[in-house]
Amino acid sequence: MLKEGLKMSSRLHQLTKGFVKDNPTFSLVLGMCPTLATTTSAINGLEMGLATMFVLILSNMVISLLAPAVPDKVRIPVYIVVIATFVTVLQLAMQAFVPDVYETLGLFIPLIVVNCIVLGRAEAFANKNSLVDSALDGIGIGLGFTMSLTVIGIIREILGSGSVFGWKFIPGDGVLAFVMAPGAFIVLGYLMVIFNKYLAKK
Amino acid sequence: MVLCLGLVCFICAAVLGGTYVLTAGPIEQARQNKTRQSIAKVLPEFGGDPVEKVAAWNGTDYTYYAVEGTGCAVISTVSGFGGPLSVMVGIVDDGTVYNTVVLSQSETPGLGAKCQTDAAFTDQFKGWDPASKTLLVKKDGGDVDAITASTITSRAYALAISNAIEVFKTVNAEGGLENEQ
Repeated sequence: MLKEGLKMSSRLHQLTKGFVKDNPTFSLVLGMCPTLATTTSAINGLEMGLATMFVLILSNMVISLLAPAVPDKVRIPVYIVVIATFVTVLQLAMQAFVPDVYETLGLFIPLIVVNCIVLGRAEAFANKNSLVDSALDGIGIGLGFTMSLTVIGIIREILGSGSVFGWKFIPGDGVLAFVMAPGAFIVLGYLMVIFNKYLAKK
Repeated sequence: MVLCLGLVCFICAAVLGGTYVLTAGPIEQARQNKTRQSIAKVLPEFGGDPVEKVAAWNGTDYTYYAVEGTGCAVISTVSGFGGPLSVMVGIVDDGTVYNTVVLSQSETPGLGAKCQTDAAFTDQFKGWDPASKTLLVKKDGGDVDAITASTITSRAYALAISNAIEVFKTVNAEGGLENEQ
């Protein structure tokens, strides 16, 4: 009973750790390139987060299955091939079924291949944990990443365009700097301060 | 080691090949839908299918869609501020612009990228008559109201339209010649 309970709580932990403790953006500081580049609006951040989560869950699962059979020397090439395959599948599927989303995210979809979150989780977690745990890890970290990107996107969209998820409530242009790169760094920096000062302390 | 890597690559290649075959149709479909929707936006309501053609003007090939009895939708690509700016320009048979729509752009978000969404900017080209108005931004002595703080994008947009009009003229001149023969 106790063992079962422990297992359950550890499973739950895999799902929730991405929000605060192992938050990929604010705590692990991974995957900064898409974080800074795609969060010009809340919807872009959300879509990028979900796309990354999709790749993360599937690559985590496959790598956890493959890991015992893969010799150490070719470990990284095998992981990269697996990740690149899922990214390309995602890219083709998005082009076919959600062409508008694909157009906004464009270049950043193929760049998921080199997103250090995906390879990082493969190396740090999936290759020494079970299929179920790896899938949960993918969901947890993916949700954390999606949440962070959406929050940055919401703040930048409010300040830069006066709207949230395309719903405009402040007339006028907003502060243009927040739509461009400097705004991304400023918002990310302040969020990181707030996050690490108030949320991440134990 | 080699076997393992080879096997993984083989399986991945098979998965990719399969996905490509499955999605090739829908991707082409989506592309065509988008083109059709753009044509419908830039020209008045029309019956029948637009015919895709290519015309050369000033050393560049322009793709355009001719609609019998209505006009032409010309795809015109120029360099904007952040990269190529591709605009579809609908020109009706009397030579005036009916409407324009951005096909792809990489302008600055929140500044030049507004050429896609800002009605105050795009609406001025509806019914634009090149005979009475000049397709240059006001700063350059023309009649185009530029987007605030995005003169380069506005300039590129105006140039794209004026190129499209030239292409339209060339096409019509060729058509006229054919008729005479």
